[in-house]
Amino acid sequence: MTTVYQDRTITAPVPTPENQPFFDAAARGELLIKRCLACGEYHHLPRAICPHCFSDCTEWVTASGTGTIYTFSVSRRVLPTPYAIAYVTLDEGISMMTNIVDCDLDALEIGQAVRVVFKPSDGGPPVPMFTPV
Amino acid sequence: MSLKRKACIVGIYEHPTRKAPDKTIAQLHAEVAHGALADAGLTHRDIDGYACAGDAPGLGPLAMVDYMNLRVRHMDSTDTGGSSYLIHVAHAAEAIATGKADIVLVTLAGRPRSEGSSGTVPRNFGANAPDVPFELPYHAVTLNQYAMAAKRHMHEYGTTSEQLAWVKVAASHHAQYNEHAMLRDVVTVEDVVNSPMMSDPLHRLDCCVVSDGGGAVVLARPEIARTLNKPVINLLGAGCSIKALNGGKIDLTYTAGRFSGPAAFEEAGVKPADIQYASIYDSFTITVLMQLEDLGFCAKGDGGRFVADGNLISGVGKLPFNTDGGGLCNNHPANRGGMTKIIEAVRQLRGEAHPKVQVANCGLALAHGTGGVISSRHGSATLIMERA
Repeated sequence: MTTVYQDRTITAPVPTPENQPFFDAAARGELLIKRCLACGEYHHLPRAICPHCFSDCTEWVTASGTGTIYTFSVSRRVLPTPYAIAYVTLDEGISMMTNIVDCDLDALEIGQAVRVVFKPSDGGPPVPMFTPV
Repeated sequence: MSLKRKACIVGIYEHPTRKAPDKTIAQLHAEVAHGALADAGLTHRDIDGYACAGDAPGLGPLAMVDYMNLRVRHMDSTDTGGSSYLIHVAHAAEAIATGKADIVLVTLAGRPRSEGSSGTVPRNFGANAPDVPFELPYHAVTLNQYAMAAKRHMHEYGTTSEQLAWVKVAASHHAQYNEHAMLRDVVTVEDVVNSPMMSDPLHRLDCCVVSDGGGAVVLARPEIARTLNKPVINLLGAGCSIKALNGGKIDLTYTAGRFSGPAAFEEAGVKPADIQYASIYDSFTITVLMQLEDLGFCAKGDGGRFVADGNLISGVGKLPFNTDGGGLCNNHPANRGGMTKIIEAVRQLRGEAHPKVQVANCGLALAHGTGGVISSRHGSATLIMERA
């Protein structure tokens, strides 16, 4: 069985002052994550206060943009177009919800290596998604 | 202090409707309150505590205390989705145990079936919810987020679709005797795995129903409970917890039941093996399987083997569950199944379940709920109850 990925209309994220740099970077084709200057740990979704140690000293860093599929599901009867929702674990060790795109959705596997791509949203900033390498 | 035997469940009511386009949500709340008070042999003027969650209109307790014209000194609007009502019961017991209330009413009602709301529609909590910009663009819905937890469980532990299907099979065996159940046909493992694939690996029959309706429970202090006509049902222990995404360091193979369950068992002073009947939240088949592991009914990863071969069917297996047919077959009012979990556990302890599914001499029961989304943020709550 083959389920070829098809582009769909992506609901636009509405950035807030706290996450605006993330979406500004996405528009440049860059994936940003947060790192804590106190404990050194990465986190996602990006916050002003580190969720691991609660330090208020956090900085934006550019992520490698590569990782592996932690889990996924191909939704076949939610939208007219099948799509693959997933959590991808970045090489930095944190995971983010995303979609897997530009591939045969029936060939996806947990543990598969992926890299970030950016897809346009409907009237908002582009959003990071991932495709098999 | 311990809640053990400090409060009793004295009234229960499950609304018989499954589709109510001609009723308001406030009216459904009042109707289930009316039913639970009648069951208890009490009046609305006896109540001095009230709890409801986000399914209630307006500002919850403010709107409903006004609508039902209650006079309260304890109120609770804790909202953890479908598990809220088990937490309301725990908080009501705390209020009763500390003398802050004597008789507490908890209600749930909603009309998602009439309003076209289900687990295949994204829930947008607005721009101020920090997760929304990072989940809404990916069209995260309840269904596919539970599916991701199922997929990971299969990957780590070898759980199969056939094992998940046994959860639905057991629920359907019970639902055949419930005249109000939406799905009364007994199904087989083959029926489940051959039903349409909704979001891998969950099939249509791995999902709960969407129904209108509601339910209510009334709690009272033991001295009051002993004056009423129904068998006295003691709360022995309660636990609750919230699990979320841990800053991105995720493990989606367990739920907050890992924390709420042991807390409830410790307070009750009993073990999972002592439980004679269990109401287990069943938004999807995977929800049941993971919660059984987290509550300690089997080891982590053994849920698939535990639920297989009818082990959850009353009169057949070792752990009869959801003998009303549960959310998988009976109803899931307001897309929140915690209330009906409490109600069926109380029916079992009273001996009021359908004779075909009644557990003989049921003296110890558990009700457990998980609300929100199992693979992101959710609240779990566990109640352990006994027949006095």
